[in-house]
Amino acid sequence: MSFPLLTATAALPAIGAIATAAVPAARRTAAKWLALLFSLATLVLAGIVLARFEPGGARYQLTESHAWIKDFGVRYELGVDGIGVALLALTALLIPFVILAGWHDADPLETKSSRWRPTQGFFALILMVEAMVILSFEATDVFLFYILFEAMLIPMYFLIGGFGDRAHSGSDENAAAQRSYAAVKFLLYNLAGGLIMLAAVIGLYVVAGTFSLSEIAEARANGSLSMATGTERWLFLGFFFAFAVKAPLWPLHTWLPNAMGEATSPVAVLITAVVDKVGTFAMLRFCLQLFPDASKWATPVILVLALISIVYGALLAVGQRDIKRLIAYASISHFGFIILGIFAMTSQGQSGATLYMVNHGISTAALMLVAGFLITRRGSRLIADYGGVQKVAPVLAGTFLIGGLATLSLPGLSPFVSEFLVLVGTFSAYPAAGIIATTGIVLAALYVLVLYQRTMTGPVKAGVQGMADLKVRELVVVLPLVALLIFLGVYPKPLTEIVNPAVQHTMSDVHKKDPQPEVEAAK
Amino acid sequence: MNPVNYLYLSALLFTIGASGVLIRRNAIVVFMCVELMLNACNLAFVTFSRMHGNLDGQIIAFFTMVVAAAEVVVGLAIIVSLFRSRHSASVDDASLMKL
Amino acid sequence: MDNLIALLVAAPLLGAAVLLCGGRRLDRFGHWIGTLLAAASFVVGAVLFADMLGKGADQRALHQYLFSWIPVEGFQADVAFQLDQLSMTFVLLITGVGTLIHIYSIGYMEHDERRRRFFGYLNLFLAAMLLLVIADNYLLLYVGWEGVGLASYLLIGFWQHKPSAATAAKKAFLVNRVGDMGLSIAIMLMFTTFGTFAFGPVLASTGETSEGKLTAIGLMLLLAACGKSAQVPLQSWLGDAMEGPTPVSALIHAATMVTAGVYLIVRSGAIFNAAPDAQLVVVVVGGVTLLFGAIVGCAKDDIKKALAGSTMSQIGYMILAAGLGPIGYVFAIMHLVTHGFFKAGLFLGAGSVMHGMNDEVDMRKFGGLRRYMPVTFITFGLGYLAIIGFPGLSGFFSKDKIIEAAFAKGGTEGWILGAVTLLGAAITAFYMTRVMLLTFFGEKRWQPDAEGHDPHPHESPKSMTIPMIVLAFGSVFAGGFFSIGDRFLNWLEPVTGHSHGDSPVSATTVTAATMVVLVIGVAIAWAMYGRGPVPVVAPRGSLLTRAARRDLLQDDFNHVVLVRGGEHLTRSLVYVDHTLVDGVVNGTAATMGGLSGRLRKLQNGYARSYAVSMFGGTAVVIAATLLMRAV
Repeated sequence: MSFPLLTATAALPAIGAIATAAVPAARRTAAKWLALLFSLATLVLAGIVLARFEPGGARYQLTESHAWIKDFGVRYELGVDGIGVALLALTALLIPFVILAGWHDADPLETKSSRWRPTQGFFALILMVEAMVILSFEATDVFLFYILFEAMLIPMYFLIGGFGDRAHSGSDENAAAQRSYAAVKFLLYNLAGGLIMLAAVIGLYVVAGTFSLSEIAEARANGSLSMATGTERWLFLGFFFAFAVKAPLWPLHTWLPNAMGEATSPVAVLITAVVDKVGTFAMLRFCLQLFPDASKWATPVILVLALISIVYGALLAVGQRDIKRLIAYASISHFGFIILGIFAMTSQGQSGATLYMVNHGISTAALMLVAGFLITRRGSRLIADYGGVQKVAPVLAGTFLIGGLATLSLPGLSPFVSEFLVLVGTFSAYPAAGIIATTGIVLAALYVLVLYQRTMTGPVKAGVQGMADLKVRELVVVLPLVALLIFLGVYPKPLTEIVNPAVQHTMSDVHKKDPQPEVEAAK
Repeated sequence: MNPVNYLYLSALLFTIGASGVLIRRNAIVVFMCVELMLNACNLAFVTFSRMHGNLDGQIIAFFTMVVAAAEVVVGLAIIVSLFRSRHSASVDDASLMKL
Repeated sequence: MDNLIALLVAAPLLGAAVLLCGGRRLDRFGHWIGTLLAAASFVVGAVLFADMLGKGADQRALHQYLFSWIPVEGFQADVAFQLDQLSMTFVLLITGVGTLIHIYSIGYMEHDERRRRFFGYLNLFLAAMLLLVIADNYLLLYVGWEGVGLASYLLIGFWQHKPSAATAAKKAFLVNRVGDMGLSIAIMLMFTTFGTFAFGPVLASTGETSEGKLTAIGLMLLLAACGKSAQVPLQSWLGDAMEGPTPVSALIHAATMVTAGVYLIVRSGAIFNAAPDAQLVVVVVGGVTLLFGAIVGCAKDDIKKALAGSTMSQIGYMILAAGLGPIGYVFAIMHLVTHGFFKAGLFLGAGSVMHGMNDEVDMRKFGGLRRYMPVTFITFGLGYLAIIGFPGLSGFFSKDKIIEAAFAKGGTEGWILGAVTLLGAAITAFYMTRVMLLTFFGEKRWQPDAEGHDPHPHESPKSMTIPMIVLAFGSVFAGGFFSIGDRFLNWLEPVTGHSHGDSPVSATTVTAATMVVLVIGVAIAWAMYGRGPVPVVAPRGSLLTRAARRDLLQDDFNHVVLVRGGEHLTRSLVYVDHTLVDGVVNGTAATMGGLSGRLRKLQNGYARSYAVSMFGGTAVVIAATLLMRAV
């Protein structure tokens, strides 16, 4: 039996979490380095997974399968397709940056006693989230996926509620109340989605008699498992609701601005760039594959909701006064694009959506982390407290602008590739939807440039004077992300080569073909 | 004598016990009413045992007695300590988990 | 030779990367790196041009394939370049004028501590603009298209500490994004129609699809062109863009970037040729902007804004010519090139004046400067003569051809267009004469500023005057050089095609008419501004003047409808999100909380009440059991 690479990739951060948590209270710095080391080792393993993955090969590769709960036919089944492997790599890539960016976010306050160990907990929880997210990208057993989908809420809950942004207006008690409100809202929202999914998971088991994704897909393909139309639709809705909460899709989005606003910026990145991706990933993998007919049935409604998300999120971003909430609403707009691409059901749309997940992760991380550095310096999240930063901290302003330009999908940076693919894919199947979504690019420019103008340009404001530029640690966080944005914008082919075959499988799952051009142009 | 009469008696005793539990405030009295209910059950068990001609009911009656005895030990101890701390044996005074 | 094409873009791109990432240690000589790399790109362009001239007209197009960019099933986007005569014309204009303006900026930006970054942005602009004109497909063109938008944004807002500059930059980018939306929709339409968006296949197969599709594509391309080239209704950003440093206004907002729309339309000629309705809209947009820009230019007292109005108007000429179809394509490009020379020269002259006058831009505070800055006066004057179409100079040849072509459109349309272009020529003569008179003639009208410093105007340094002189040469001779023996026509015809319309009026008549309106325009301006003293504070003016000063109220319209409306919309949406969407969620939570509060009351701690509920529950269960048995 070969080395269980996928298990190892998920187990390593989990071990790291336990090890970090066990570091004695006084050795805080050691805990940080340990966490960083484990996250880097995971990145190396993810790199090996990426290298071992053959784009043209079998649909699920590096598979592992063990019996787990025999009575219910639950198996510990892992395997990655092109979509999973891309997101796995993204997760492994972002965590070291998250850890590095949050280096001082969990340093204990002076007032707490010496036995208080928040630092160890903070980094252990981040690694725990990483382990669960990676495993959820690998799981090909519906039950296993469900458990991870729910379990990752627990460390996230503590990360949001326990380690808030220290830059807040008002009293500490007030901030603590806000934070716990945000954490509870996050938890309840997602639990509600998860419980509905649990019902659907059980329903699926009753209908199919197994939890194995590959077995069900095979049975569906060769006709040995047929679902009544009504049953399929109900089950689809159960799954989709949970994923739409996590994604989040309008109108289930209101937890995200609270959670991202109250959490520290690295945790906010963890929420939007990593954890939320599980939702959109699961739509592609589970909704489309298990319930193709119901997916097609629900497409019109979902497309409309996605369009509303795009426009609504962008407009709300324009109206925000808090930097982090602005980025949160921008993310809602972007998730609208991802869902639009998935349900347009064209090759371009789905490849674009997958690329979008990766690129949005990188671009939001860049923007949010720089915003976090800015907020830490000034101690305020309000846009109105800033002005003229560009004059005192040009590198910070420059990287912030690049992050912003990536967010507005400037050609040459990677989000453009994915956004254009989503737009083309949507347009070729649903022209009207494509045109409405295109207005999103104007609105994106609006909120990004308004944010940049108000914070970075103009005369230097009182609180901004003497602000330090980015330090070495912060540059180490930002520059690789910027380099990656440019590289994947200019040469996204390595990524598309991995993703395209997986998308073709999904397309054949839903029995869809790309619309053909009207004229076969002379090539 | 018709054994059904014992059942009527049992029901009567049970009702007296139940109303005592609901109405009386003194913990000792409530406690004795609970005992009365238990014994009413015992009577019913024994009667059924007699009516059906097997010994199951009688055995269960023994169990019940054991339980009742154990309950007396624990219950009286609780009542005594409650009385010591609150200087009252009223069940309504002990409406909170803490003192 | 094909492999040299990438170097065109690579050189300035390298410059931008080095200058922007290099840090302060490059401050001392960064501007030389930028200028050298711009010049290197020009040399590469010149080498390629020489090579091209050596070949027959049909084999001149070069092609370079670099790599596959975005391959997803049917959607195949490549990074590949195409250099034909049309692209070559632009490459030479961009790198040539670009290099001159780099040299000029060395002097102009001398006292700016962020000069290195300025050159980095300029190089970035050159790279993006070159990418735009040598891309071989619409998607790569789109990259350059947004790239120049970005460079323009960065350069307009270069003095970011001024809120007005930051606002102008944002406005420019946003308005351009509206145009970009048109371009992306056009590309998507091409993809669904032709399955590709490379120039070759798309333009070759326009005959195989319906006219409706082509009209839609054409209109979307026009929207893109309107954004980039500041045509009505997306023209509002250009005037504000003058907040940027003057070399930027010369290079980006006069000579090159704003003409990208013309390039796009001429490049997509095959699409427009097959969609007459779209062409008609192009012509209308061009005609309207031509007059719009000219009228705005007449009323502005800010020298750069007056020139910006003029730019708008001149690009209106080009767009109009491009909308005429094969009759006009060549002349649109020819006017574009000559305009690149004389308008860049005019802007540099304006910059030189501002440089000498402590950055004063109000022409009413100039006057009599010809004595203080002779070189600027002469070069600016030559540019002035060129733009109004003084016989023998560049503008005369190129504008005359466009007016001829407008008449040659034929029918009523031809007469209307001809009249519009002639009227435009008259207004051009008027406002340019006004600029000239206010700036260089009359009495000096400047005063010491608040601190008592006299502006003491002086001539600019050599690094600034030399580019102005070179551009003045271009303004004088380019038109004649192009027109004699139809050189330019023969050069471009293989790419754009050409046809001679049958004009109802002869070429001589058109030229004569142009001369007449020219004289009228100059005379009116002389009568108003040349004869007597000019008031330093602008008079209130007629209703039209006041409207024109405010860009014919278009900005006010934007402000009321878009800005205010948008603010209200977002504010109300924030409210809706908070109260309605989030309210439903919080309402559910509150209901649950209330319900559990009620239930909690049952847990009152009285043993007797628990006993009641136990007895009651037992009674209910027993009753239910008996009832079930009875049934």
